[in-house]
Amino acid sequence: MFHAKRLVLAHFWLAFIAFLIALLLGAWQMLVRSPFLPWVGDPELYYRSVTAHGSVMAYVMPTLVSMGFGYAIVELALAQRLVGLKWAWAAFIMLAVGAVMAMVPVALGQASVLYTFYPPMIGSPFYYLGVVLVVVGSWIWVALMHVNLRVWKRANPGKPVPLAMFANVAGAYLWAWTAVGAALEILFQILPVAFGLTNTIDAGLSRILFSWTLHAIVYFWLIPAYIAYYTLVPRAIGGRLYSDSMARVSFILFLVFAMPIGIHHLFADPQVGSGFKFLHAVFTGMVSVPTLLTVFTICASVEIAGRLRGGKGAFGWLTALPWQNPMMLVIAFSFVMLGLGGAGGLINMSYQLNSTVHNTQWVTGHFHLIFGGAIVIMYFAIAYELWPQLTGRAIASVKLVRTQLWLWFIGMMVVTLPWHYVGLLGAPRRMAYYDYNALGLQSQAFWVGMSAVGGLILVASGVLFIYILVKSQFGPLVQQQSFRFASAVQPVDRVPAALNSFGLWVALMIGLTVVNYSVPIVQLLRLPQTSVPAVVVGAQR
Amino acid sequence: MNQERVFSLRNPWFTVSVGGTIAIAVVGILIGFIWLPSASNAFGDRSLWATICSAAGAPSSWYGGANLAGPAPSDVVVLPPLRRARADANSIGRGATIATQNCSMCHGVLGTSQVTAPALAGQYADVVYKELRDYQNGVRQNAIMQPIIAARSDQDLHDLAAYYASLPRAPAAQTLPTGVEPDANAVKLAMQGDPQRNIAPCAACHGQLDRKGAAPWLGGQSSIYLAAQMRAFASGARHNDINEQMRNVARQMTPAEIDSVAKYYAAMQ
Repeated sequence: MFHAKRLVLAHFWLAFIAFLIALLLGAWQMLVRSPFLPWVGDPELYYRSVTAHGSVMAYVMPTLVSMGFGYAIVELALAQRLVGLKWAWAAFIMLAVGAVMAMVPVALGQASVLYTFYPPMIGSPFYYLGVVLVVVGSWIWVALMHVNLRVWKRANPGKPVPLAMFANVAGAYLWAWTAVGAALEILFQILPVAFGLTNTIDAGLSRILFSWTLHAIVYFWLIPAYIAYYTLVPRAIGGRLYSDSMARVSFILFLVFAMPIGIHHLFADPQVGSGFKFLHAVFTGMVSVPTLLTVFTICASVEIAGRLRGGKGAFGWLTALPWQNPMMLVIAFSFVMLGLGGAGGLINMSYQLNSTVHNTQWVTGHFHLIFGGAIVIMYFAIAYELWPQLTGRAIASVKLVRTQLWLWFIGMMVVTLPWHYVGLLGAPRRMAYYDYNALGLQSQAFWVGMSAVGGLILVASGVLFIYILVKSQFGPLVQQQSFRFASAVQPVDRVPAALNSFGLWVALMIGLTVVNYSVPIVQLLRLPQTSVPAVVVGAQR
Repeated sequence: MNQERVFSLRNPWFTVSVGGTIAIAVVGILIGFIWLPSASNAFGDRSLWATICSAAGAPSSWYGGANLAGPAPSDVVVLPPLRRARADANSIGRGATIATQNCSMCHGVLGTSQVTAPALAGQYADVVYKELRDYQNGVRQNAIMQPIIAARSDQDLHDLAAYYASLPRAPAAQTLPTGVEPDANAVKLAMQGDPQRNIAPCAACHGQLDRKGAAPWLGGQSSIYLAAQMRAFASGARHNDINEQMRNVARQMTPAEIDSVAKYYAAMQ
């Protein structure tokens, strides 16, 4: 009952190979600007690496994981053959071609613009076209998720959509709408300049359009992790999901509130009015609600597991939990990182507090802790959970899995906590070179050195992850066990129509986007003289 | 369950979610566009509507740049072309004629290195054009250049720039003896600068692996010319850098650093 195995495996392998390369680049970046190694000698090399690291980690890897996991959910949760398998392969090929097409000019130094594009810098058009291919390929996946849900609903009228699929489709709709901002930026601002049709660019408008994508993309990365929280973790540790409805509400809140908040990335930008900055800060506050709901629901579900295993008293259930189980470890690690990163995020999103950390290493620390930590560690867990289904073989060594997860957790904490701290000391982000001999920076040298050690720990964990996957895939065949998602405490026979469909929530998402983005965009479109000359990146000397 | 309509005022999911979202938006808008601006001096004593417009990013008056004093350092700003501009052969030919008759005495027949005049062979066309315009306008001063260039048309300047850009770059002006490494301090200044003294790396604008910004390529110039220009920037005698980017750097450099960086670039192609 799993027909799209090769498809899902292809997505995961491409994602994780790209991930390993980008991970090595990241560790290299940390080493060359730490006090340990002599400096790289040319900032250009550093920014090439940053661009490759960011583009792979932000666009290629999470998109592939979401897509692969989405296909697996269709077959495992809906128990139906994936409709549109050929389209899915076409989308996969577009992603693979797009990733290579984007990375070649980056490697050649023709597109050191960082993954956030930063107009008025303009790199090779092939870089942007590669990113467009990745996005368009992922839109095919969005359409397939939509179609597959419809096919299932027609075959199962009135039945509640399984939670995993409900969340999966919420993520797909969110991504479809949020990617529109960057698509508009690339099509109408960047590509005309990159192709030489015009030589000025509205950098401010471009930044607003990118902010449309920039924050909600984070929730697109996060949805697979949250699906794993709700539908894999409780079953794996022997518990029950505390509330199916609460889970649905959380995903719906992400869908509605993840979009109209991107301007909190532009608090220091002069082209956006302060009123809109505040409004976006308010809605950013709202998007912490589904995460808080999730923390509550999952902790309750874990407590159920602890009590089912005989744990007693206020804290006794904690010791009764199956701590040897990798899924138990991973949820604990993920929540610690989510908690710290989320608390930091609340500081970033506060209009006033933001000015103390804006563009410092604090921010780099924040998104590595949340994405690289809390989310990516769940990607590992998803891979470990699905691998036996995909390959027909058991995971080679649970002990190695535990080691890998521990290393990732420790490595990510050692990387990001010092970053937060030096950020508070004022270390700017996106710098290729820091002079630690200077009096003002001497106190940061130790912490930067420490975080570079964390980078090496992460590399060890990443390599171990790939090793475990390869070793398991070539292990002995085992008896195939049917795959089960977590079941809820209350049987889910009936859910309100609002929690079983998306029309209302997509309408709210689009409505809020219009309220929060229309004026800043239209106003800049109407304002004369807002374009600046484009700055070429990678021109021949 | 199929009978349950979502888009209906009788469905509490609909009314609560839509009503709640609108309520949050309205409260947010009231605070962000009316209350906070009215509590801030930055918005001044304005009418309610003017305050709302300012908070929306559409102020009734824009900053006019009125506090800039004195004449502009130059009225020519150039940026590298987006594509490798293929110069017109006729333009190059015309430029070659003008250059041979007027420029080769100081800049050499093939535009390669002289001691006091810059080597122009292979220099970026936009950079050469900007300097010619600045000489013509008198914002960059030189007793020889100004009279020579005074009567030239804009087309002549473009032709000259195209011609010099089309020539192959000359080999390094002053090569280091084999086995001698370039001065470590010069390499440091060129590639990483000295952030604590506000000295940006030379390569940040002048490029190394690739071209950056609108600054000239320095490799192969004579060290005497380069050092003289840096001193001229430091003293303010040369001031056609729009945002004082060169003057700010050159002022911070010691005479020894100026000489060592000049020699570093002279030894490069």
